[in-house]
Amino acid sequence: MELFGIWVAALLTLCIYSFLYQDNPFYRFAEHLFVGISVGYGIVLSIHQGLVPFALKPLWAALTGESLSGLVKLIPIGVGLLFFARLSPQHVWLIRYPIAILIGFGAGIAIPNVLRANIFEQTRGTIEPFAAMHAGTLSGFGVLEAILMVAGVVCTLTYFFFSVEHRGPVKWLSKVGIAFLMIGFGSAFGNTVMGRVALLIQRVDFLLGDWLNLIS
Amino acid sequence: MNRRIVFILVALAVIIPMLLPVSLPVSVSEPTQQLYDYITALPAGSTIMLAFDYGPASLAELNPMARAVLRQCFDRDVRVIGFTLAADGTTLASTIMREVAEEKGAVDGEDYVFLGFRPGGTQVMLGMGNSISSVFETDYSGNTTTEIPMMKEITSYDEIALLIDLASGSTTELWIIYTNVRYDLQIAAGVTGVIISQMYPYLQTGQLVGLIPGILGAAQYERLIDVPAKGMLWINIESFVHLLIVLLVVIGNIIFFNQRRREE
Repeated sequence: MELFGIWVAALLTLCIYSFLYQDNPFYRFAEHLFVGISVGYGIVLSIHQGLVPFALKPLWAALTGESLSGLVKLIPIGVGLLFFARLSPQHVWLIRYPIAILIGFGAGIAIPNVLRANIFEQTRGTIEPFAAMHAGTLSGFGVLEAILMVAGVVCTLTYFFFSVEHRGPVKWLSKVGIAFLMIGFGSAFGNTVMGRVALLIQRVDFLLGDWLNLIS
Repeated sequence: MNRRIVFILVALAVIIPMLLPVSLPVSVSEPTQQLYDYITALPAGSTIMLAFDYGPASLAELNPMARAVLRQCFDRDVRVIGFTLAADGTTLASTIMREVAEEKGAVDGEDYVFLGFRPGGTQVMLGMGNSISSVFETDYSGNTTTEIPMMKEITSYDEIALLIDLASGSTTELWIIYTNVRYDLQIAAGVTGVIISQMYPYLQTGQLVGLIPGILGAAQYERLIDVPAKGMLWINIESFVHLLIVLLVVIGNIIFFNQRRREE
């Protein structure tokens, strides 16, 4: 059975890589199979690991008199079912209620946490090295790093500041900001190349090792 | 140049070093070292969480990291609670945990537990802050969570020394936003190459205690635990492909500037 799985995986891998030559039915078959299986697997798992233990089981326990607390689940189940109102043009307005609850919950829980994690903490991280610099605990390289970081933040933010015309010093600051952005994009691109090559290496390792037994 | 020639060259740059392995030195970066040191400093009997937030499409980079981290934890008697927020990562995560546990003699339910998958993302993160067993009533094998020996003392993030998120998407940011900020849970990450750059601001502020960056990080971790495996093998091959890509970029630029000069 394991050998059969290896052969299927190897042939599907070759089907996918055949796209490098040109688009063809083998590639499209493998692509559709992958999407279909992923979605099907995801749905089944979500039902078994989400819907059944969190909704159906407690509800069944309430209906059989085992534990009446399960009746509370009727509220989220009812609100969730309102999403299907989208299917009826007459009752489509009902969908606003679950969407409102989701947005309200999402925004309420996200805004304070996102502000703290992504704004306050990042601002602290940018300024904090200067406190260490003032206390004399920062090395020479650390000082350079701190100055470079603040310069990068100021210049990049200047590039995205559109309330004044980019002329004179503002123009030069924003140009330096572009340089910082380019370095950031270059780093992201380099890392992406590393990631994509790793995917290729893993597949070739599988084909040469598990399938053809050419490497141990 | 026909792009298929580039594909063939890249394929050769992968296949030849794979058939004739060459060992190149791997130096350990600070973010990887930080995570290794953090786990090393944990007292025996501590518990960490390992979130397998990736599917088969990203296993090339993240599986070697998962294996290396698990090996270190089991060697140091650090208990591991595994789970996933990615539906297609469930079987994969379960297999890795079982295989490394068998290799290290770790016992299911005592040294490690795999809780499986729960849909909901953010709700799962927040829910476990109140009670892990309310989100995962049973583990992946169907055992009641509160009856699993190692879970008897663990109720929420209060008993968790560290959460390591092995991620191919934006889950690490969510873990930081919802659990580090709200519950003061220490977070580390192992991520795919695509998202490494996004993680550095969190590392600089201390919101991440460590970072394993892509396949390079996996190789570095294998070096730290002194168990060379796929990570170290593959990073050597990566080096050849990177050299080829640099060469192609240089050649491409020379051709481009020559053509432009001729047109002028």
